[in-house]
Amino acid sequence: MAIKKITTPLNERDARSLRMGDEVLITGPILIGRDAAHKRLAAALEQHGAAPVDLNGQVIYYAGPTPAKPGRVIGSAGPTTSGRMDPYTPQLIRQCGLKGMIGKGPRNQAVKDAMKERGCVYFVATGGAAAMLARAVRKSTPLLYEELGPEAVCRLEVEDFPAVVATDCEGNDLYEEGPKKYKKGNAI
Amino acid sequence: MRSIEYGKIADAVRDMCLESNYDLPDDVRACLNDALTKEESPLGRSILRQCLDNAAIAGNERVPICQDTGLAVFFVRLGADVRIEGGILPDAVNEGVKRGYREGCLRKSTLDDPLFARANTGDNAPAVIHLELVPGDGLEITMAPKGGGAENMSRLKMLPPSAGEQGVIDFVAGTVVEAGGNPCPPTVVGVGIGGTFERVALLAKKALLWPLGRANDDPRYAALEQKILRRINDSGVGPQGLGGSTTSLWVHIEHAPCHLASLPAAVNINCHAHRHAHRAL
Repeated sequence: MAIKKITTPLNERDARSLRMGDEVLITGPILIGRDAAHKRLAAALEQHGAAPVDLNGQVIYYAGPTPAKPGRVIGSAGPTTSGRMDPYTPQLIRQCGLKGMIGKGPRNQAVKDAMKERGCVYFVATGGAAAMLARAVRKSTPLLYEELGPEAVCRLEVEDFPAVVATDCEGNDLYEEGPKKYKKGNAI
Repeated sequence: MRSIEYGKIADAVRDMCLESNYDLPDDVRACLNDALTKEESPLGRSILRQCLDNAAIAGNERVPICQDTGLAVFFVRLGADVRIEGGILPDAVNEGVKRGYREGCLRKSTLDDPLFARANTGDNAPAVIHLELVPGDGLEITMAPKGGGAENMSRLKMLPPSAGEQGVIDFVAGTVVEAGGNPCPPTVVGVGIGGTFERVALLAKKALLWPLGRANDDPRYAALEQKILRRINDSGVGPQGLGGSTTSLWVHIEHAPCHLASLPAAVNINCHAHRHAHRAL
């Protein structure tokens, strides 16, 4: 299957045009944010009715890179387990207009419902391939919560970042469909 | 009595932090290459290729294989005839960890408190150190950095003895299959059987130290390793949990004597970045 080139930020139509299993190369700005940052974003949303960063049309990458070596843009930067962000994600999709997420591992039904409703797509990158994925990062700028160290929010510029559509806007989920295809007999 | 200098231990630990996080061992690469020839899913093959490319980039460019450079876990075999000059062993290990994680640009993932403050200690200390006293005048240190994603999918169960071999297979394979894509498959599975509640967890972790492809010395346990591996790979979970025939690369079992009323079992999962470094001082 041909690899699709996509550019960020995404609008709803872009998100809805992607299908489960599509292999993509992502170019453009994305945000990095994970556990502690999500907790803070959700608290800000609760208290002030808005997030301290504009998430409309944005793609968020769940990652906590290693410190950059001298002369490099970023350290190794692979995805972390997305499920830990599930409790905070539906409100970021519904209230802030988040259109894409990059991580690893399946999402829960509440996240998939919000994705379907608003047109948001979930990509996965290969977990543990952090040195290779970091090569696609052209620029990294700290944005929020620098005191969180590896958990700070940064804006990245990526070029041809390799990912796969794991869950599309129709709720099709490669974490369910993929294993079914390769399961042997009556295996668990 | 043989003396080993505190500074020599700290230096060795510093070097191991870098080596384990930059260089994927040859046995793991060989196993990934072998899986690539057998994997049925085209996407699975592409993921396995990415894992191998990534290991080559990390080794050549001296950067971490994975951004989760882990909690620093050590297994130390200290000879009874060894005296450490200038300090105590845990301090030397922690000093080496602080230097290694700083100088190697490795991520600091250790929090000071698990529940309330959850503040980063900033230097990845304290390390987790398992000390074993052995005869002789040697000092052997193995470092196995442990990432959170795979560690979170690990489980322990006090099975009734009546559960038997099938109960162990169901529990271990069930744990790995249920973990799906979360621990970054293809994984390596460490299994502990026997001992007590706390020992079985340590057995499972120690089982992860064996070279990939090495079967258990006891043919009954070697056969059990293969049964569990087949059961896991028949599940279809596959590379990264997206479907395929390679969910785990290998299963290693460590077993120990246990109470007549117990059958403890534990599963400790490692991702494909199955990292180790070893030094004999």
